[in-house]
Amino acid sequence: MPKEVQRVKLSWWEKLYIPTFLNGFKVTLGHFFSFKKSKVYEEKNKDNKFKTTLNYPEELWTVPEGFRGAPYLVSDQEGATKCVSCQLCEFVCPPKAIRITPPGEDGEAAQREGAEKMPEDFEINMLRCIFCGFCEEVCPEQAIYLAKDYYEGYDEKLMNRDYAMTGTNREEMIFHKDKLLKRGGTHHDQIKKWEKKTREAKAQDTFPIDLPDKSKKN
Amino acid sequence: MEWINNLSAEQQFALFSLLKILVTVFAVVLPMVAYSVVAERRISAWIQDRVGPNRVGPWGLLQPAADGLKFILKEDFTPNYVRKVYFWLAPAISMVPALMTLAVIPFGTKIGNQNAVISDLNVGILYTFGIVSLSVYGIVLAGYASNSKYPFLGSIRSSAQMISYEIAMGMSVVPVFMLVGELNLTKVVEYQASGAWIIFKQPVAFVIFLIAAFAETNRLPFDMPESESELVGGYHTEYSSMKFALFFLGEYAAMIAVSAMMVVLFLGGWTLPFAGLNETAESLVMGLLQVGIFIGKLLLFMGLFIWVRWMLPRFRYDQLMDIGWKRFVPLALANIIMTAIYLYLTYKK
Repeated sequence: MPKEVQRVKLSWWEKLYIPTFLNGFKVTLGHFFSFKKSKVYEEKNKDNKFKTTLNYPEELWTVPEGFRGAPYLVSDQEGATKCVSCQLCEFVCPPKAIRITPPGEDGEAAQREGAEKMPEDFEINMLRCIFCGFCEEVCPEQAIYLAKDYYEGYDEKLMNRDYAMTGTNREEMIFHKDKLLKRGGTHHDQIKKWEKKTREAKAQDTFPIDLPDKSKKN
Repeated sequence: MEWINNLSAEQQFALFSLLKILVTVFAVVLPMVAYSVVAERRISAWIQDRVGPNRVGPWGLLQPAADGLKFILKEDFTPNYVRKVYFWLAPAISMVPALMTLAVIPFGTKIGNQNAVISDLNVGILYTFGIVSLSVYGIVLAGYASNSKYPFLGSIRSSAQMISYEIAMGMSVVPVFMLVGELNLTKVVEYQASGAWIIFKQPVAFVIFLIAAFAETNRLPFDMPESESELVGGYHTEYSSMKFALFFLGEYAAMIAVSAMMVVLFLGGWTLPFAGLNETAESLVMGLLQVGIFIGKLLLFMGLFIWVRWMLPRFRYDQLMDIGWKRFVPLALANIIMTAIYLYLTYKK
């Protein structure tokens, strides 16, 4: 059985269209004079008097926690490159955006004591990158991070935000090692894996093995 | 300025008429058209809790310049299946009548010793209605020449709509001229200057004229010829670049023309009932002030046009025709008869 829709019977006053007109006027006037702050951007954009629009270059978007921005290389607190050129990220990268040039036998030594090597060049093609974060996940050295928002050493004037990367040609969008390190800033290395390994290695140079903890006791 | 006085009367008339036409069209109407587009965009934005164009110049005030540049630089595309002559003719025909209507509008009393009206015609209102009827040709030609279904549907709707509402519009102003006893628009304003504005004497006529004006200028809630949601763009679907811009400007120029008519017919033209503003201007300052009052009233109507567009949804087509023929035509006729009876009863020998 088809359902019969009961139409509302309009009174003669409603049929005149005047109440509708007045109601419409009320609604539009209310919106016209509404300068409420947007709730989403309240913290960062206190001057934003409109509800929805973000005046972008002047007002910035609040980047949520866990945002996967551009992948950058980071340095530890001593300013040393953390990457050890293991090339795991290069292998895991789905769009093959990363290319690492290893130092070779006669290459520059790693900046960190104990680490075997560091890359001669580290390229990320930002045009290929899909910002999946596999490189960050796979890195055994915590040397590459998908930047969230501002970071140490961020250049305010360049406005090169991680979610708004621009360039005028393809060359410009291939980021090399120095640029990646500069943008990546420092990341405090809590574990200091190589410092510990160095100590262990040094301890093994002598015989009997002189472990640092034991030497303190003696 | 000696040489002006040395000219013959005909030469002076030609010179000042040309000057008035150039100033009205290029210094007043076209900038007003450009800025009413900006006003439309900003007001719509505010009504919808957006910001609107605010990047070009301070508060987006140079937006018309950017828009104009964009229209000029865009590719002027003529599809090869259109009827070329009419396709090129249509935008001009939709723009010109709107500007021609302004010729008989008295926008003040005197500026210097010149009358502030381009052409003081005795048949002013008949001329206006004659020209307004021409504006339907621009849209019909555009739809016919485009040779594709959406513009065609749009133009068919438009011709039916505009012809229907012209009848209600024409009949709604008859009582006004019954009261005034003249067809000359300058005389209409002078009649209002000495008494109450006609809007207070003929409110029904005003309401009918206002609603018919919305239909005549193809503005929402009666924008059947365009109706983006059904007909893509209606009659200007196939147009691009400056030809499209001419349709666009023509629509706004028509709004200005019809607002000017409403101001003259119902809101007392350049008059305000105090400070001697309802008398013929003695000095240049007063003359310009009266022009300012006229433009102020006109902008009020432009604001209404813009506001209503963002307030009311489009009528269904049969509802539109229903309102036009079954409501407004009888109402306007009744208004004429009531006015006639009133005038007969109050007639003094």
